[in-house]
Amino acid sequence: MRYLPLTPEDRASMLATIGAKSAEDFYTDVPKSARLKAKIAGLPDHQGELAVERHMMKLAAKNRSASSGPFFVGAGAYKHHVPASVDMIIQRSEFLTTYTPYQPEIAQGTLQTLFEFQTQVSALTAMDVANASMYDGSTACAEAAVMAARVTKRRKVILSGGLHPHYAAATRLLCEAQGLTVMQLPVAIDGEGELGKSVDGETACVIGQSPNVFGTVTDLTSVAKSAHEKGALLVSVFTEAVSLGLVMPPGEMGADIAAGEGQSIGNGLNFGGPYVGLFACREKLVRQMPGRLCGETVDADGHRGFVLTLSTREQHIRRDKATSNICTNSGLCALAFTAHMTLLGGKGLKQLAELNHEAACELADTLGAMKGVEVLTPRFFNEFAIRTPVDAEAVLAMLDEAGVVGGVRASRLYPRDHLGDVILVAATECTTPDDIAAYAAALKEII
Amino acid sequence: MSMNTQGRPTAPAAVSTPVIDTVSGSRGLLQREDLLFEIGTPETTGVDLPTPRGLKDRLGGVKRKADTGLAGLSEPQAVRHYMRLSQKNYAIDLGLFPLGSCTMKHNPRLNEKMARLPGFADIHPLQPQATVQGALELIDELATWLKTLTGMPSVAMSPKAGAHGELCGMLAIRQALIARGEGESRKRVLVPESAHGTNPATAVQCGFIVDEIKADKRGRVDMADLKSKLARTDDIAGIMLTNPNTCGLFETDIKDIADLIHAAGGYFYCDGANFNAIVGRVRPGDLGVDAMHINLHKTFSTPHGGGGPGSGPTVFSEALAPFAPVPFVIKDEDSFFRLVEQTEGAAKDSFGRMVAFHGQMGMFVRALTYMLSHGADGLKQVAEDAVLNANYIQARLKHVMTPAFEGFCMHEALFSDAFTADGIETIDIAKALIDEGYHPMTMYFPLVVHGAMLIEPTETESKAELDRFCDALESIARRAAQGDETLKGAPYLAPAKRLDETRAARKPVLKWTAPLPEQIAAE
Amino acid sequence: MTIYYTKDHEWIRVEGDTGTVGITSYAAGQLGDVVYVELPETGAKFARGDDFAVVESVKAASDVYAPVSGSVLEVNSALSEAPEKVNDAAEGDAWFVRVKLTDSGELSGLMDEAAYSAYCEGL
Repeated sequence: MRYLPLTPEDRASMLATIGAKSAEDFYTDVPKSARLKAKIAGLPDHQGELAVERHMMKLAAKNRSASSGPFFVGAGAYKHHVPASVDMIIQRSEFLTTYTPYQPEIAQGTLQTLFEFQTQVSALTAMDVANASMYDGSTACAEAAVMAARVTKRRKVILSGGLHPHYAAATRLLCEAQGLTVMQLPVAIDGEGELGKSVDGETACVIGQSPNVFGTVTDLTSVAKSAHEKGALLVSVFTEAVSLGLVMPPGEMGADIAAGEGQSIGNGLNFGGPYVGLFACREKLVRQMPGRLCGETVDADGHRGFVLTLSTREQHIRRDKATSNICTNSGLCALAFTAHMTLLGGKGLKQLAELNHEAACELADTLGAMKGVEVLTPRFFNEFAIRTPVDAEAVLAMLDEAGVVGGVRASRLYPRDHLGDVILVAATECTTPDDIAAYAAALKEII
Repeated sequence: MSMNTQGRPTAPAAVSTPVIDTVSGSRGLLQREDLLFEIGTPETTGVDLPTPRGLKDRLGGVKRKADTGLAGLSEPQAVRHYMRLSQKNYAIDLGLFPLGSCTMKHNPRLNEKMARLPGFADIHPLQPQATVQGALELIDELATWLKTLTGMPSVAMSPKAGAHGELCGMLAIRQALIARGEGESRKRVLVPESAHGTNPATAVQCGFIVDEIKADKRGRVDMADLKSKLARTDDIAGIMLTNPNTCGLFETDIKDIADLIHAAGGYFYCDGANFNAIVGRVRPGDLGVDAMHINLHKTFSTPHGGGGPGSGPTVFSEALAPFAPVPFVIKDEDSFFRLVEQTEGAAKDSFGRMVAFHGQMGMFVRALTYMLSHGADGLKQVAEDAVLNANYIQARLKHVMTPAFEGFCMHEALFSDAFTADGIETIDIAKALIDEGYHPMTMYFPLVVHGAMLIEPTETESKAELDRFCDALESIARRAAQGDETLKGAPYLAPAKRLDETRAARKPVLKWTAPLPEQIAAE
Repeated sequence: MTIYYTKDHEWIRVEGDTGTVGITSYAAGQLGDVVYVELPETGAKFARGDDFAVVESVKAASDVYAPVSGSVLEVNSALSEAPEKVNDAAEGDAWFVRVKLTDSGELSGLMDEAAYSAYCEGL
């Protein structure tokens, strides 16, 4: 077996050194009835690379990849181009096959990249400080809500009607487990600006999203003001990190916590994971922040170095008083984010954002000009909702037959909200004029 | 003869080694590397993008005011930057990584290759299900492996890491108690004092109250203490127990513990962090477990990536299965793989959704590739070799170090600092290992052993590697026993010396800020 | 003016019905480098034995318990900027809070300096 270096001779000589007759001796603490005599039944035996590859390729071939044709699916994950060097960098053994940097003398590589990541995320969100990443955007959002409750010592969380429903579900689950009350506002394409009206003296935070799940971009400045007047926090969520190159970021709107998904920068679609949660907040809240933090210091020779810091917030020290139970970040995905962000630079990011926006504008103009199609999103970055004259599921199925993956039907995300004729459509820098023409041509046949 | 005297010397001259301070700050292959913000500029870029056409925007005025100002690098600069940084890291691919409780085994490259197939890496979680049947089939196939290996009837695939799997398990227990009408009355969760810190943290996150149980002299749950904690049963929600436990030992009374908890009306959460010791040989389902997370990044070799991403599928007993989170995959009669995404129908009792989308697909591909490579026969050998390697280390070092407990261990060997001379601590031994070319072992954990040193070699080490490691650690242990003060300054040969963590925590500097003009002038 | 000590290594200096509370030099020595002190807000009320502050070293966070019941009159906000004071002057400048005592009778349950020294010797 190719991953097991011990030879039968090694095993025999090691058993002799130990003073054991066989490996069975090591398992005598296991209750007899639970010791399996033979290998577990119902599973195949070991196989060589070739056989395994064949099996996996067969499964892969049953999926249609986003690059294989016109592709317009967004709603929380986005098809972007990732430079080739990003994948090379994250495949460096020293990054790929190392552990959490608890031994800083031999982990300065990981630590310095985390410090760069934190700097990039705080600049991108225009917030004071960022942590070293979370599992993904939805868990970042949930952790932001419970953090707000810790900070304000209040127990009510208000979710906007444009917050991604998966984010809302993950947040509701964690909040309710901790005994917090969650108020979910009705689904709204353009309701984020009204969030401030719901805030009262019991509110820990309001959670708004821009661009929201329908693509609507909103200036949340007045929401932040209303929240702050009542002693509540504003949590500003985003699922499309590239948007922050062009759209007003959480920090410029007065948000106290920013939580979002970083997949768009450096990370592939991967059918939903692994992704990388971005989490940033105001300086004064840093000790209530969940997740790992990397900080600058010096070593015994006075040279600059980096360490994990403020770890007394974390579960391995605080145990039942920890700010969160999280003990992993999304290290390698954060590195991919940082490497891609480094290749873009500030100017490149802005340009990339403009290209995304222009592709979406052109798509909206084209689809919106068709008879019976209505663009529902008033202001958007790279995705928007459309209403079709025919049931969305049928439309998408027929588009699929024409080789076009036309978007996400809103009813998949909102099965109970009578959105059966609404489709969420996204465009990115990968979207070509031909893709848009193909969409329009196929749609014309259907409606 | 013709005599060419233009050659160079081809053997080193005998000179004594001076202390060399380089101008560049680099030391041979180890290159000095500043922060990218000190190297790049916001205008520099490593990508060539088309020029936007300048269309009228449709942002409705919701535009960013100040640019990010983030520095960029050209591709060669960026590749060098990260290459140089990478060389300041230790890695499994470089040598033995004996972190106890972390299972740092070899990460097969076939896993990486498979995860990058466009059919897995380039598919969207919300594209029509008919276009991702292979992905859903893969999730179903991996689920079958996990259920078969654990002997459990159900598995939730979406948890994103081990601690997230714990959360999944405890939320299912919470939901089951609510369904019984005992959600408010049963709040007490028993957790051994030797547990991973995540266990009590998770229990509290779910609204439970933690009640610690003691360890006995053999490093197992103190049954007398457990029974006394169960004197009252009507408030018991369950127990969270790691098995094999954090001392690297199998809980001999595991079945009695399960019976006691069940008789008290509670559920048994097993922390599966140490599954590598028993995979293919013992099924947790046969031990009375109700829920257990499996770290795909430990037992099933997905890379640790410098701290994630992980993946923590969680298996459930019949009692907890109905409460498992959405989404999950079911196979319809016509062999169509379907995602159940809403808490209705087949998922009407589900406790809800933990994350956006369907879990760590990239890790699923790697883990299944690993399982297929090993097969049922190979996985059994994995557990045996992991345990054999740990016992070999214990046997080789028990004469110079102090084993925390008597007898054989499972997949990790635990020592206390009793053998060290006054003034020499566990951390000094750990840091001296760095100079010998190894990553330190887990130190000061579990908390129940003084100055704990927890060593987990895993099955992917050869006997020669183990011997080399034992030779090095043995010599350090002897120096520690003799009170060798030079250990206090270790490591001497690493890219950095010991770092000032006090300074980092007192005045946290968590991001780079551009120096002010007067600071630049002063330099 | 009398100083009292607790078994959990807090001290309280009492003047009339107000007391100044901190942690002992012995405790500060055991904790190692203090990096952060979390203090309550002025006006906060607590009962004897409640945790009212947290003192953190790099590797540990320890709760600080109220030696007596009372309400907070003043907090030593200088500690948030300079937590190292706890290591330098635990029983002097690095006091945590001034409190108004609810029940001065509670003081009788505490140790005096001699008793506390003897108690630490035995640890």
